[in-house]
Amino acid sequence: MSLDSNVYIVGAYEHPVRKADSISLAQLHADVAKGALADAGLSKNDIDGYFCAGDAPGLGAASMVEYMGLNVRHVDTTESGGSAPILHVSHAAQAIAAGRCSVALITSAGRPRATGATPRLQAPNPDAPDVAFELPFRPATQNLYAMVAKRHMHDHATSSEQLAWIKVAASHHAQHNPYAMLPQVVTVRDVINSPMVSDPLHRLDCCVVSDGGGALIVAKPQIARSLRRPLVKVRAAAEAQKHLNGGRVDLSYSAATFSGREAFDVARLKPSDIKYASLYDSFTITVLMQLEDLGFCARGKGGDFVSDGGLISGVGKLPINTDGGGLCNNHPGNRGGMTKVIEAVRQLRGEAHPAVQVANCDLALANGIGGLLATRHTSGTLILERL
Amino acid sequence: MTRAFSEIPAPTVLPDTKAYWEAAGEGRLLIKYCHDCRTYHFYPRSLCPFCFGDSTSWAESGGMGVLYSFSAMSRTEPALVLAFVTLDEGPTMMTNLVDCEVTELRIGQKVRVVYRESESGQPVPMFTPV
Repeated sequence: MSLDSNVYIVGAYEHPVRKADSISLAQLHADVAKGALADAGLSKNDIDGYFCAGDAPGLGAASMVEYMGLNVRHVDTTESGGSAPILHVSHAAQAIAAGRCSVALITSAGRPRATGATPRLQAPNPDAPDVAFELPFRPATQNLYAMVAKRHMHDHATSSEQLAWIKVAASHHAQHNPYAMLPQVVTVRDVINSPMVSDPLHRLDCCVVSDGGGALIVAKPQIARSLRRPLVKVRAAAEAQKHLNGGRVDLSYSAATFSGREAFDVARLKPSDIKYASLYDSFTITVLMQLEDLGFCARGKGGDFVSDGGLISGVGKLPINTDGGGLCNNHPGNRGGMTKVIEAVRQLRGEAHPAVQVANCDLALANGIGGLLATRHTSGTLILERL
Repeated sequence: MTRAFSEIPAPTVLPDTKAYWEAAGEGRLLIKYCHDCRTYHFYPRSLCPFCFGDSTSWAESGGMGVLYSFSAMSRTEPALVLAFVTLDEGPTMMTNLVDCEVTELRIGQKVRVVYRESESGQPVPMFTPV
């Protein structure tokens, strides 16, 4: 589960496309792999481990290994939804530590816009034991996350205005990102006045739907030190599950409570040590929950923490998602984990946009919630350090 | 496959939950009780998810509970209200609220089970304010 590892993220690349009408899904995976290799200064033949999730087309890793012409001796197809690339970094660290590979490639991509696929009300696998007890009630993604927000408002008097600040921060960052889908700065009023999607979440409380993807390359220290790139060490990696617990439903926390605690314990760090955080922002409420669960603020105090620019780089207590996040920049294939790690790497290297670059950014955290916040999900936490 | 929100998708009846759906057809809400650790659980399993004991049996819920959380989707008419309801016996279940005034719904309010037919004709348990 966790590892005080000695591995490094040596390559990171985010595809610039946001609507991939003329790029196949397999090509998106290959394009981002090529981009990450160029970023690292490595070549395809250096890769001996490959990691992908359910968004890779075909027969698990085999189809993509074939398509890209890889020659690997280790694959991992761990699927946890949008948090999968974060778990892949963790599992790559473990595989490298175990001697299973030396240079691990992780890819994530999707094209829901180009294909018109809607993330709502897909017909799920009827063998999944929960389906018969949920599908008749038409859970979309939005109304499930909205129930978490509704409960937080009930328990802690959190307001729609406070949630809106999370979107406002994302938009302040996105204005500097030439690839962001929504580069316009918005106000709290803009969010509140946007159409209600599922009470209490408005349209601007929701992330974008975008095509694209990204890739990471994780390597052992000897290789990392041979490359002419800043050293970004995986200081800790942890993962955790949460679910409906046999009907003992408690929407007041997420699995990040457990993955975060373990990652901080392993790294022997505390939340106040973190200079920058990438927090999965499928919805504004997702960020609020992670801030509390990871210990950046006390339980129930997330609303106060995010208000008045609390998350804006150069303004607030904790700059997050300085690329504009999923709320404004990119949420490729409805999976936000990859872009979370990429922006954390940019910050640690000092390669974020100058307007949002965090000064002396030596410790960063990336967290992803994959699956559904209100039911079953997997949280992955990474703590990364620039040496 | 995409559906209109006005249609209630039919549950797939699996071997270990057949009794649950047959009872729903008679207007009875069943939950599972574990005789080893003396607890109720939901959704129903053959093995208790808490102690993994195999001496579980069906128990009939009184069909009363309180609203734990809910959300109304705005673009549906009538409003689709997704909810978690905590039954008086303990477990919380996902459901819809029906025959209600959306703006008057409050977390913690009392609700009772009613049944609505899904696409296949199989009734599914929903809740309405008491």
